[in-house]
Amino acid sequence: MSDGCKDCQGGCGGGAAPKSSRRGAMFMIGAGLMGIGTVVAGIPLVGALVAPGFRRYGNTWIDIGSVGDYPVGETRLAKFAVPGANPNDGETASAAAWVRSMDGGKFQVFAVNCAHLGCPVKWFQQSRLFMCPCHGGVYYEDGSRASGPPPRGLFEYHAKIENGRLLIDAGRLPGLEESA
Amino acid sequence: MLRKMLATVGWVEERSGAIAFVAPIMTHRVPRDAKWWYVFGSATLMFFMIQLVSGTLLATLYAPSAADAFQSLQYIDQQVPMGWMLRAIHGMSSNFMVIMVLVHMSQVFLHASFKYPRELTWMVGVLLLFCTLALAFTGQIMRWDQDAYWGLGIGASIVDRVPVFGNQMRNVLLGGPYIGGATLSRFFALHVFVLPGTTIALVGLHLALILKGGVSEMPKAGQLVDPATYKKEYEERVHKTGVPFFPDAAKRDMVFCGLALILMVGLAMWMGPAGPNGNPDPTIIDANPRPDAAFLWIFSALALLPPQIETFLLLASPPVIVIGLLAIPLISNRGERAPTRRPIAVITMLLIVVAIGALTWLGVSSPWSPVMDAWTSVPTPVHMVKRLSPLQMQGAVVLQYQQCRNCHALDGEGGMRGPDLADVGSRLSWDQLVRQVQQGGGNMPAYGKTLSSAETVALAAFLQSCRTDGTGPSTIPGALERATSPDLPPVAVPPVGE
Repeated sequence: MSDGCKDCQGGCGGGAAPKSSRRGAMFMIGAGLMGIGTVVAGIPLVGALVAPGFRRYGNTWIDIGSVGDYPVGETRLAKFAVPGANPNDGETASAAAWVRSMDGGKFQVFAVNCAHLGCPVKWFQQSRLFMCPCHGGVYYEDGSRASGPPPRGLFEYHAKIENGRLLIDAGRLPGLEESA
Repeated sequence: MLRKMLATVGWVEERSGAIAFVAPIMTHRVPRDAKWWYVFGSATLMFFMIQLVSGTLLATLYAPSAADAFQSLQYIDQQVPMGWMLRAIHGMSSNFMVIMVLVHMSQVFLHASFKYPRELTWMVGVLLLFCTLALAFTGQIMRWDQDAYWGLGIGASIVDRVPVFGNQMRNVLLGGPYIGGATLSRFFALHVFVLPGTTIALVGLHLALILKGGVSEMPKAGQLVDPATYKKEYEERVHKTGVPFFPDAAKRDMVFCGLALILMVGLAMWMGPAGPNGNPDPTIIDANPRPDAAFLWIFSALALLPPQIETFLLLASPPVIVIGLLAIPLISNRGERAPTRRPIAVITMLLIVVAIGALTWLGVSSPWSPVMDAWTSVPTPVHMVKRLSPLQMQGAVVLQYQQCRNCHALDGEGGMRGPDLADVGSRLSWDQLVRQVQQGGGNMPAYGKTLSSAETVALAAFLQSCRTDGTGPSTIPGALERATSPDLPPVAVPPVGE
């Protein structure tokens, strides 16, 4: 019979007996090592899950066609590829925006996503309104809120013209982060 | 032969103890009065098992990649033998599981089976409810169609409203800055690994807790639950009058589950697989996204919440609902169990059922949404344009062409967002009609900048002709009563265009 067995018979559960202090230390070391191991293994595992929350996703200037593609006085749908899309994104690698061409070569470019909860708004040329199919948000042609639940006007992309091409600052799903 | 088989069973039993382990579980005593009310939990479990089997089979056919998912579903529907049945059963069984979990929970709540000593069983059950709903929502994403894409958009927009960290949380949810391949992969992992695994573990815990606490008896008015004495009394009663679970109680479970299963498969065959509805192409603007039935009530609530407190309610209500449901047995774990003695509980339950039912019903028709193609697809009722002046006819054209019908019905046909205009001429005077068209208000856009004055006059002239039979044009508020009441002299103001 070893000492260890005698220790047990003496009641080692509480770890209070002086002879079991070595075992208590071993237990603490084991718990500590397991703890360190959990953290070491856990950081990359949890990190991979929440990484998108720690990255700053900027927009980039995207060419959405020639200025001439957008007749003055009309609002047309522009389609473009999301920059930096993954190969397995499929159709979701594309995106769209409403381009309003105004007198004097000015443009307003709106996100298709309703400012209420992101459904795709549709432009009606005759009544010059955007309407949302989900909860009935309606916007005027300048993107301002007309009626329904949206708390604000349509999200608007920054736009600029370079060499006769219309560029917008886009890439991420439009949301409240968009200032305009 | 038989002897050899028995010997084999004995050999296994000697080493595994399986029969010794299972037999007491199968034959544990349950109250004699535990009859048809008690079948819903078993049915929920059965549908969950069907989900595990059909889901595993679907995983052998489905391509969980945003580039291929939509096509792989069509391949399953059209090319794989029995593939469409597999999808139909998985989808229909999901509906049945949601319904059964709700019915089971309602029964437990009405009978107050959550009281001592079954508080933890209820709490684990609440977690299982949310697992079930999460499985249903993530399963809808697996269809990777327009509903899935824009449904994710709605979810992302809600998360985006969280103060300070909203955008970061949204990106974690989507796996990046936009809805794409990473998003589908995340939800696939949730749907086939995380949530089923969690659910299996919680079901095991739920069943273990049921065995530990015993199946509750039918509530009797006046038979109070007192934690000090309940366990002893229950043990005595069950020992005296109880019956073994197998086969006495299990036979009812088997009858109900069998019928529910046949009904589910029948409905699945009849209705076929749901979706996929339209390619998940964000540039297709003509989408009309709607969630699955289990979430229609939330979709409705999102349209009807007052905008001023919408964000607060959106973010505050989920934790309130979860904590509220978990806390029910902590609020009251003793006393009466009979529904007849618990009026507040019964009324609360009824209110919730009516509210969710009404919101779901509203969600089906969603009267708050413009009917996007009404202006081109819904005709003007012929009787409303008979004997009209050219100006009024022109107004009818303006009404159609300006998409007014998307929100306004004429004689019940068209959008439901605004009032039906079939009798608007009896309700609003000429000035009110012009003002409403030009300035909008009351949740209607202003058309002052869009319409020329000639179009406005024509439109108002047509609207003024839209009257209920026998009434003159409205002139001032209350003119309808004046025109129809013989006691009051008619107000003679010549209407324009009449």
